[in-house]
Amino acid sequence: MSLVTALGRLAHVRLRGYSRRTAAASWGAFLTARRSLTAGTQPLRSDNKVTVHFINRDGEKITVKGAPGESLLDIVISEDLDFDGFGACEGTLACSTCHLIFDEEVYKKLGPVTDEEMDMLDLAYGLTDTSRLGCQICLTKSLEGMVARVPESVADIRQSKDGSS
Amino acid sequence: MSGHNLLKLWASGGSRWRLHQGISRCGKACYSSSNPKVCIVGSGPAGFYTAQHILKARQNVEVDVYERLPVPFGLVRFGVAPDHPEVKNVINTFTQTAKHSRCSFYGNVNVGKDVSIDELQQAYHAVVLSYGAEGNRSMGVPGEDLAGVYSAKDFVGWYNGLPNCRELSPDLSCETAVILGQGNVALDVARILLSPVDILKKTDITQPALEALAESQVRRVLIVGRRGPMQIACTIKELREMVNLPTTRPEMVAADFEGVTEALKDLPRPRKRLTELMLKTALEKPGEKEQERRIKASRIWGFRFFRSPVEVLANHNRVAGIRLAVNKLEGEGEGAQAVLTGEVEDVTCGLVVSSIGYKSLPIDPSVPFDSRKAIVPNVMGRVQQTAGLYCSGWLKTGPTGVIATTMNNSFDTARSVMEDMDSGSLDVSAAKPGSKSISALLEKRGIKPVTFSDWEKIDNVEMSRGEACGKPREKVLTVEEMLQVAWT
Repeated sequence: MSLVTALGRLAHVRLRGYSRRTAAASWGAFLTARRSLTAGTQPLRSDNKVTVHFINRDGEKITVKGAPGESLLDIVISEDLDFDGFGACEGTLACSTCHLIFDEEVYKKLGPVTDEEMDMLDLAYGLTDTSRLGCQICLTKSLEGMVARVPESVADIRQSKDGSS
Repeated sequence: MSGHNLLKLWASGGSRWRLHQGISRCGKACYSSSNPKVCIVGSGPAGFYTAQHILKARQNVEVDVYERLPVPFGLVRFGVAPDHPEVKNVINTFTQTAKHSRCSFYGNVNVGKDVSIDELQQAYHAVVLSYGAEGNRSMGVPGEDLAGVYSAKDFVGWYNGLPNCRELSPDLSCETAVILGQGNVALDVARILLSPVDILKKTDITQPALEALAESQVRRVLIVGRRGPMQIACTIKELREMVNLPTTRPEMVAADFEGVTEALKDLPRPRKRLTELMLKTALEKPGEKEQERRIKASRIWGFRFFRSPVEVLANHNRVAGIRLAVNKLEGEGEGAQAVLTGEVEDVTCGLVVSSIGYKSLPIDPSVPFDSRKAIVPNVMGRVQQTAGLYCSGWLKTGPTGVIATTMNNSFDTARSVMEDMDSGSLDVSAAKPGSKSISALLEKRGIKPVTFSDWEKIDNVEMSRGEACGKPREKVLTVEEMLQVAWT
């Protein structure tokens, strides 16, 4: 899984070019005609793609496909998934808003975690033992059918309120 | 949106941009004058995240963001350290929000002075206060006003180009600086004081600050906290940056860490990892490579725990040192209390930066304010006893947390606004004039707002000035020049 680590370390470089797209991510909900515009730009044929199931904050399952090498944050953006606030720092390991939670067996397949990712995860709401940052997880064929859950932030805010006020 | 700008956006790529701008071409005329209108006071992260959430969730609500300065983004521009450009990526999302067809930005409007909260409430269905925490907590010790003592708020404002901190010109001719407080702002200040100028000169730090830091004689920075290592307020990312800061080495007091190793196992993961990194830095024998790095280091940083300021010591009306009371802890964990032992200790230093917290200030006598907690009293962002008034960000919770904290708390306030619209407790049935009446008021009072496209002119000037000296941006430093650039 050295690829993942290397990509993680290169996060700044790797994602710089994506920033415009990332910034636009949260606006997907406004725009219904998007798919017809981006459909032609997908680099790989769909049979090479990896299926990912996201569970959103309302507990709904959203199934999408991504190309191997794409990060889960990339997919959230390219598929216009409506997770408000997701990926605020645009994949540069400076926030924890792309926090995702996995099942134990999927988590084990995700490869090593850098100290820098752990540092940001430590600030995530509802941190679990199988939490990762979506910007640091790159798709591989072995992750076919994986489930990634977006933590439910509202409950966690209430928890932190009790502690802070 | 002028045709020229539109063209530029088309060229910049990104399907959503194009579509989005396409929608906005028809402008506000597309929307009914009976749309619910929300006013947001303050254009920092709290303001923009509140606006974003409302605009996204509701297809008919119009949101206007008012800002005192001619430039938007609050602490993202004036608080986030210049060597943390990644954090500033949130500006891209805020810019999308500001350019949304149902959102308008009005800079250069001082709410509370140019226009009252009452006037805003008459013009809008809901007013969200998100103007943050512009004050600072004071130490309350003798000597606090001596030359050479600064609040972290002003020091940070100085190196980040906040107009009213431009004249600070801190004296950096001493060897030792003491920072009181151990939160992330304290570590930002320490890092900026000790960073090699070669690193800083590639950031958007202001040129005057860069020049002053290049001449700085500060070689040693002590970061002082009332309580112990297990209560430290900074987060691990900022600590790791100190540990890895080129040309510096840590200098800790081993005795401060007594009993800490034993307590590790019961800590929750974030606190545990933070404490482990501190222990490793303070107590472990460094490896060969690290040893070599530390020997070469020309600058020193260190935590000093269990110390409270008693008095800033003077020599000819300048800081010459600081007297610290020695504390012991009563209780354990996050809630442990610092209790004076009666002992004191003097530290020689020529610069004191007090970084013990930001503080919100009241904006208008009509708005409830809890002066003890320095927040607007609220339930889920609803200002108590004031229908139609809300708050978000640091004004709502107090000045703690990272940007994700503010994001969630602002989304939360946005949800409260929308729930109240749905339940009818916020009456949106009667049409309100929104910016139309406020603009008329401002014009009568001789106030000309800065629009978002005006800001983009400032933005472009700053980026091209930055490009000329190898920086991402060279900030315009005075309100006068900002306005001049905006309106030419």
